[in-house]
Amino acid sequence: MCLAVPGRVLEIEEKDGTRMATVDFGGVVKEVCLEYLPDLKVGEYAIVHVGFALQRLDEESARRTLALFADLGMLQEEFGDPWEAAAAMAELGGSEVDGTAEEATR
Amino acid sequence: MKYIEEFQDPELARRLLDDIHATVTRPWALMEVCGGQTHTIIRHGIDQLLPDQVELIHGPGCPVCVTPLEVIDKALEIASRPEVIFCSFGDMLRVPGTGRDLFRVRAEGGDVRVVYSPLDALRIAQQNPTRQVVFFGIGFETTAPPNAMTVHQARKLGIRNFSLLVSHVRVPPAIEAIMQSPSCRVQGFLAAGHVCSVMGVAEYPVLAERHRVPIVVTGFEPLDILEGVRRAVRQLERGIHTVENAYPRAVRPEGNPAALAMLEDVFEVTDRAWRGIGTIPGSGWRLSERYREFDAEQRFSVTGIQTREPAACRAGEVLQGLLKPHECEAFGTTCTPRNPLGATMVSSEGACAAYYLYRRLETPPAAPAHLEASPVA
Ligand code: SF4
Repeated sequence: MCLAVPGRVLEIEEKDGTRMATVDFGGVVKEVCLEYLPDLKVGEYAIVHVGFALQRLDEESARRTLALFADLGMLQEEFGDPWEAAAAMAELGGSEVDGTAEEATR
Repeated sequence: MKYIEEFQDPELARRLLDDIHATVTRPWALMEVCGGQTHTIIRHGIDQLLPDQVELIHGPGCPVCVTPLEVIDKALEIASRPEVIFCSFGDMLRVPGTGRDLFRVRAEGGDVRVVYSPLDALRIAQQNPTRQVVFFGIGFETTAPPNAMTVHQARKLGIRNFSLLVSHVRVPPAIEAIMQSPSCRVQGFLAAGHVCSVMGVAEYPVLAERHRVPIVVTGFEPLDILEGVRRAVRQLERGIHTVENAYPRAVRPEGNPAALAMLEDVFEVTDRAWRGIGTIPGSGWRLSERYREFDAEQRFSVTGIQTREPAACRAGEVLQGLLKPHECEAFGTTCTPRNPLGATMVSSEGACAAYYLYRRLETPPAAPAHLEASPVA
């Protein structure tokens, strides 16, 4: 959650009096708030954290970081389905729940 | 054991490593503050590539891990109420409270939703005027400004059915607490890059001076970590202790002024309990007086909560760098990502999770493999 992902601004528009942008994160497109980087322009890159652009980034660093994140599966971690990830970990209701660990948690 | 060929730029990695090997003459202990950095270090085996004299100690920089059990329990109670839509980031779903987690609350019928941004939660509040929408506002200085802006927006737009369960934490008081601990071995810090993207570096010189420790602002990619270590070791070998910015592509000395102004407006500094560690003075934020009406704790008066930490969990020591995860007896046996005893085993930035995901083969065989869930995607 604390990781921030670089993205490229595709489009900027005003919404509810707030400066918003659509931002491309290596293929995943999300809506991002630009209030903290008000002079960011279309085509520029920024570090985005939980839907907010926090700091400008040069294109080359942004591309390198995105390539690395894609390699490490971190884009999937950030933008994938969290319920699926949690369910894979939990397997609630499965018959193999380890009794000792279960008890210790309760 | 990992190989340097796996680095994005193996040639540069090699040069940085050679420089560190050539510089170091004595043992040094450095703490990487950020949990994202811990994962990079373990994933790439950076600690094993460094000279034996350089020890990396994992710090408390995982917001999910340090959220106090009491706050998790409050979240679970609020999320269980029929009138509530409880919104959270995905990595809080499996963090164990006393007896259950948000994942289970949803299985029991609670309306728990995962959002990508706190603004998504505000939109849900607009779309559901008859329900109460609560957002779980945890995180360090990187996450606090987005949450601050969301509360600010709620007030501006007159959205009354929205509130924030706040448990924000601040890094500098944690560094102070770590340095004051009698068992502290830390001689230098790799500061968390994205925290500094927001806050700048102004809070650090006084810490570096008072405790005579180099503080190097560091990113979280493998090469960033090597560069951070290189600079910290250089300072230590020369007997210097200053603040250096090794992550200038994302950190300006003044941070992000717009975000700082919003933080100042919406939050005020407060003492905050850290899970497993205890209360650190001035280490948190809560909503300031002007925004107190958006405080979920007040709105739902969740009181009288009895928390119970599993006795076997030593996450507090892990978070303070006093214990490595695999030295915990429960690690990989009674504590796994599937049945976590502590948050450090489930968070995507938790130290125990990092060791579990990337170091399992190096630890003694534990529970039979078929009982274990596959590593987190
Ligand atoms: S391995 Fe599990 S029980 Fe041990 S400190 Fe980590 S989270 Fe706690």
